[in-house]
Amino acid sequence: MKKGTLLFGVLIIASMLLAACGGGAQANVIKVGVIAELTGDIPAVGASCKNAAELAVKEINDAGGIDIGGTKYTVELFVEDNAGKADQSASAASKLITQQNVVAIIGPNASRYAIPASEIAESSKVVLISPWSTNPKTTLKGDTTDPKQYVFRAAFIDPFQGRVVAKFALDNLGAKNAAVLYDVASDYNKGIAEFFKATFEENGGTVVAFETYTTGDKDFSAQLTKIKDTAPDVIFLPNYYSEVPLQIQQAHRLGIDVPFLGSDSWGSSELITLCGTDCEGFYFSTHYAADAATPVATKFIESYKTTYGVTPDDVAALTYDSFGLLWDALQAAGKVDRESVRTGMSMITNYEGVTGNMAFESGSGDPVKSAVILQVTGDKFVWFANAAP
Amino acid sequence: MTYFLQQSLNALQLGSIYALIALGYTMVYGILTMINFAHGDLFMVGAFITFMAAVYLGLPFVPTLLVSMVVVALLGVLIERVAYRPLRNAPRVSAVITALGIGLFLENFTLVFYPYPQHIPTLIENTTWNIGGVSISSLQIIIILLSIGLMIALDLIVRKTMVGMAMRAISWDKAIIPLMGVPLNLIVSATFALGTGLGAAAGTMYALAFPVIDPYMGILIGWKAFISAVVGGIGNIRGAMIGGFILGAVEIMVAAFMPSTYRDFVAFALLLVLLIFRPYGILGKPRPQKV
Repeated sequence: MKKGTLLFGVLIIASMLLAACGGGAQANVIKVGVIAELTGDIPAVGASCKNAAELAVKEINDAGGIDIGGTKYTVELFVEDNAGKADQSASAASKLITQQNVVAIIGPNASRYAIPASEIAESSKVVLISPWSTNPKTTLKGDTTDPKQYVFRAAFIDPFQGRVVAKFALDNLGAKNAAVLYDVASDYNKGIAEFFKATFEENGGTVVAFETYTTGDKDFSAQLTKIKDTAPDVIFLPNYYSEVPLQIQQAHRLGIDVPFLGSDSWGSSELITLCGTDCEGFYFSTHYAADAATPVATKFIESYKTTYGVTPDDVAALTYDSFGLLWDALQAAGKVDRESVRTGMSMITNYEGVTGNMAFESGSGDPVKSAVILQVTGDKFVWFANAAP
Repeated sequence: MTYFLQQSLNALQLGSIYALIALGYTMVYGILTMINFAHGDLFMVGAFITFMAAVYLGLPFVPTLLVSMVVVALLGVLIERVAYRPLRNAPRVSAVITALGIGLFLENFTLVFYPYPQHIPTLIENTTWNIGGVSISSLQIIIILLSIGLMIALDLIVRKTMVGMAMRAISWDKAIIPLMGVPLNLIVSATFALGTGLGAAAGTMYALAFPVIDPYMGILIGWKAFISAVVGGIGNIRGAMIGGFILGAVEIMVAAFMPSTYRDFVAFALLLVLLIFRPYGILGKPRPQKV
């Protein structure tokens, strides 16, 4: 027993020494952390994020590194799984900051994990860029409207997305009465549902049913029966791709026959696998359309397809853009340390990314950018309309 | 009125699933006074066996159901033999912790093979009838009738057969009855096989009704079924059935007639009140502490 303890102690000291040596020897290495939902309820999101992150880093390292202030740096990536849990997202952020000593963190993606991780990053003064989080709270301090200093994102925010979908329902679908079913236990779903309701009602529509469930529910029959009773023209489901198919199938089984609308959480190819033909013809707002891409996007889509054999989804595109923003910030600042990343990020006035042009204005971590509306057609998502900011 | 009928049908479907799973909790408790917290995860395994039988073997509905029930029943017997039997005379809390561990093991074991949610193919051609404004699907009818059929079969087994008599005897007294020649281990195995088999049947039907399955699907529904068993009077088989239907009805009706955000809060508050007045559940009886 005593021998074991001694051996353990020696190992700990040895590993600490090794870590210390490592820090000194690798002067020309930029350490970047990624927090992704590799397991848990939305693993497809985490997988896309990890793939795109590895692609972005590989491109830099294959080119011999990135040139910052006259020196070539290679990039080392640390990927942490948050297991689809808020507490593990926070502890993954702490681990990356204190143990791996990263200069910046990319991720987590879902708002309910990005918010706790962003609190840790903000208090440790380390830049965190969430690729996919759209809830306004991610980049805001506590319950105030002041922006966090060290938290950025590559995606647009929910008020904008809620507004886009509500306008689309009113103008393009001519809907007067809308119903909403959303997960009340998740920040993302709740936020976007409320913004949709506000915009829809401001512009002359009526939200006839505003129903909720909690994460993990599979039976939505009570809520859907209630929605059916209010006879809406359109039903908005701002929920994750693993739940939407069940909701639409159950609605069809109850004889509900109106168009469904969604938000960027639909944008995983898994949606079509899980949905079968039930989602055919429905619309959702998202970050980019793979079939109507700019030259920058086409280049990324091609190399992603060659490496992984699938079309990148929006999470992959946004993760890639997050890395692009990070490289730009480092080059703008001309130095590699945590504070310079922060300075560099605020200097980005126009970044041409895979998901469109972005600019960070007036100290906010939210980019100004546009959205697209996609339609589920066969086994693909097809571009339907653009929505400017 | 049609609205109420539609919601009643929804309640019946949800309740029959809860009832089937609750039976597994109550049977094991009745015979071993132990709560098998891995039961919700055995339900999940049942759903995944359904997936495998339907996708890899291409089996139709009835063989899929049987395969799922048999495989999970064997798994239940194996878990009892390997994990619970060595602890039968240990403090109850050790067995409960072991059960939680088994549940976590099953979740993570499944997670290794199926990290993504899986889609169950259509095994029953689903037709929806509209009777006076109420939508009734063939799937709903099958789930409700099959669950009730399985519950009646179980009730008959427990009340009319020798195995059932032995089960009731052992649940009465675990020390004396084996001395009279009743094979304790065999009867405990049979109880686990029946209980987990019913859980697997619930898993199959659940997977058909809600065809997106994932390794964590058993947690929430397992807790709710456990609550059903407690409400009905844990250890009492008919109580578990009643408890399942009550919980299903309360959940659906609260969501139907109040804002759906209040559903779990009102549902569980009602159940708490019920337990204050009937602390042993609806059909449960206080067990005198034998010295």
